[in-house]
Amino acid sequence: MADADLRHVRPYGDTWNDGVVQLSFSLPVPYGEEAKEAARQFATKMGLQEASVVHATDLGEQMTFFVVYGKAQQEIDFTAIKVPKVESPVMDFYEINAFIRERIGRKIVVIGACTGTDAHTVGIDAIMNMKGYAGEYGLERYPEIDAYNLGSQVQNEEMVRKAIELKADAILVSQVVTQKDVHIPNLGELVDLLEAQGLRKRMVLICGGPRIHHELALELGYDAGFGPGTLAPEAASFIVHEMVKRHLV
Amino acid sequence: MDSQLYLDKRQVDEARAYASAIAEQVMRFISDKTTIASERTVLRLFGLDGVDEEYVPLPNVVVDHVHERGGLAGGITRPLIAGLIHTGLDVQGLGEAVARGEVDLLSLPTAPEEAIRERGEVLAKEALMRIAANRARRDEYLGRLGEGPQPYIYVIVATGNIYEDVVQARAAARQGADIIAVIRSTGQSLIDYVPYGATTEGFGGTFATQENFRIMRAGLDEVGEELGRYIRLCNYCSGLCMPEIAAMGALERLDVMLNDALYGILFRDINMQRTLIDQNFSRMINAYAGVIINTGEDNYLTTADAVEAAHTVLASQFINEQLALRSGLPPQQMGLGHAFEMNPMLEDGFLYEWAQALMAREIFPQAPLKYMPPTKHMTGNIFRGHVQDALFNLIGVATGQGIQLLGMMTEQIHTPLIHDRQLAIESARYIFNNARHLGEEVQFNPQGKMVKRAQEVLAQAVDLLKEMEGKGLFQSLAEGLFADVKRSPTGGKGLHGVVVKADDYYNPVFDRLQTALGVREEGR
Repeated sequence: MADADLRHVRPYGDTWNDGVVQLSFSLPVPYGEEAKEAARQFATKMGLQEASVVHATDLGEQMTFFVVYGKAQQEIDFTAIKVPKVESPVMDFYEINAFIRERIGRKIVVIGACTGTDAHTVGIDAIMNMKGYAGEYGLERYPEIDAYNLGSQVQNEEMVRKAIELKADAILVSQVVTQKDVHIPNLGELVDLLEAQGLRKRMVLICGGPRIHHELALELGYDAGFGPGTLAPEAASFIVHEMVKRHLV
Repeated sequence: MDSQLYLDKRQVDEARAYASAIAEQVMRFISDKTTIASERTVLRLFGLDGVDEEYVPLPNVVVDHVHERGGLAGGITRPLIAGLIHTGLDVQGLGEAVARGEVDLLSLPTAPEEAIRERGEVLAKEALMRIAANRARRDEYLGRLGEGPQPYIYVIVATGNIYEDVVQARAAARQGADIIAVIRSTGQSLIDYVPYGATTEGFGGTFATQENFRIMRAGLDEVGEELGRYIRLCNYCSGLCMPEIAAMGALERLDVMLNDALYGILFRDINMQRTLIDQNFSRMINAYAGVIINTGEDNYLTTADAVEAAHTVLASQFINEQLALRSGLPPQQMGLGHAFEMNPMLEDGFLYEWAQALMAREIFPQAPLKYMPPTKHMTGNIFRGHVQDALFNLIGVATGQGIQLLGMMTEQIHTPLIHDRQLAIESARYIFNNARHLGEEVQFNPQGKMVKRAQEVLAQAVDLLKEMEGKGLFQSLAEGLFADVKRSPTGGKGLHGVVVKADDYYNPVFDRLQTALGVREEGR
């Protein structure tokens, strides 16, 4: 294999920089040779060379599904990429509880919920529930954390009310299934409400979910964002370090 | 047929006996109570529809008009019919007059009881005739067009726009779907009214309204005629408006309804008294309409571990079965729920899933079991997800499930795109056809892992039901015996809508359904 030139990176299929990508999509056109040609032209307009429609299916109702391969020409300079990441070191269950006892000196209160219209609690449950996920206990098991999982479809106003009532140090918001990007305004609204109540600066605010990343979270006014596969210690480590850093102890 | 899993029939009978005792306790508790939703249902079945100037549905307007002044203990029927007699209006006209503030149902002189009963019987009879006509229409379609073999292929549409849903549903039917479920807009289960009219905006789903039911029904009937296969329509008879949705479904010929006795309590924090009363009436309507209900045990495994909590699914199926029988639902209409939700990294997990699915099949031999796909351990890796769904489909056909809710490779990412559904249906049809009689060809090692697993789960379910029977359902739910969720009898949403019946409570729809379904009168 040629020396990797990370300033000029293209997709890799089976040869360095061959640019091979696979696409699947539907077009609202009736199935047939014209449909395949439409898909090929569409992929070509996306910038793919040698676009090849390898599969097409009639979906009915004048719609056709395609699988397309092509060769991308665009390049990425990998050496110039900068992605904001959560920088705090990740501690384990025992270290986090010890850290809270030594550096904060009181139990901390964390509330979490799946907010807005989202009814999918898998994410918040994985972080919060006693049993946790993938071998890591959830926050409810942490002796130094009072964790409240408020469940799903919690409205932002209710989140703020609970945060005040329980004197929350940190709020975790999970957004799993979303439609037409409704999670973005929903996440933003919580920040606005907390700002309006003068609470934002007194709390650590975190969001998580399959379509969340740290940079998006920062843009929306959160302190951190965690993507899929995050476990409780990652979220808890960030919370306690952030509390100490911001003197919220 | 003998048990392929060597299950002990005496244990199954024991579990059923405990569940039966639990159901009896529930029936005794609910027999002297009604709810605002149940009374609104009566009005809907009498023909009241539409909304007032502020878009409040007229059934809500009329029931609230009586309930807010404590007048609901005798049922809504008597004041309604007194109003009909005194004004000479029909049901719709009277509802509109109440909404305009022109008639006060509580300040009218009382009408003679015989006159009220006579009119009540006519209204109830007409309502049931409308439902029976829809049932006959379905039977006519099934006889003429036929249907796909079980497991029925069940997919969801969820665009938020009923007209867009119809396009996707018709496409899915052409691809091979047997049942189309229109997922409701999230949050609908917690509103104490049913929205009105055709809707084009929703979140994660489309509002359940009677007009939306009608639009989708017409779309599926049309495509079903073309395909020569009856396409069933499913919606969600859950939340605060359970019996109203059942009534609307019965009037618009829905075929399948999510309808669980405990789901709302556990997962939507709806008050348990409210839910238990509402589920009974809603199931009586579904029973009479020939609707297959789907229970929601799969949800237990989204909060609790699928291996550890398997017996809670079975215990809940027994309870759902016993409550459903008491609402007049025959086993052939009980789509008891369960799910394929074990961690895919578990060694021999496929074997355990198979054992449990077959166990459910053997224990509820007549029920069109509803088998739910992996959701909890779907990751965004759509390629692995498609394989997980394939394993799920293989068990579905091998164990003779009634309804296979197809998994989507894009679960946990977004509501299904039009081709996600096509790929899922293509995979299911391939596997169902390719392994059609697999279940008849295998025998299991009597000392093996699968037999042991099924026997363990059954034994644990017996223990759990025994404990619940001792404690009673309310206490059991308060202690979090199901799904790790704790609920109190006076907590949750909707308790304000529970009303203790007066001695002269009158509900001719309820009475007539009881007679038609052969459900004996409890308690009172």
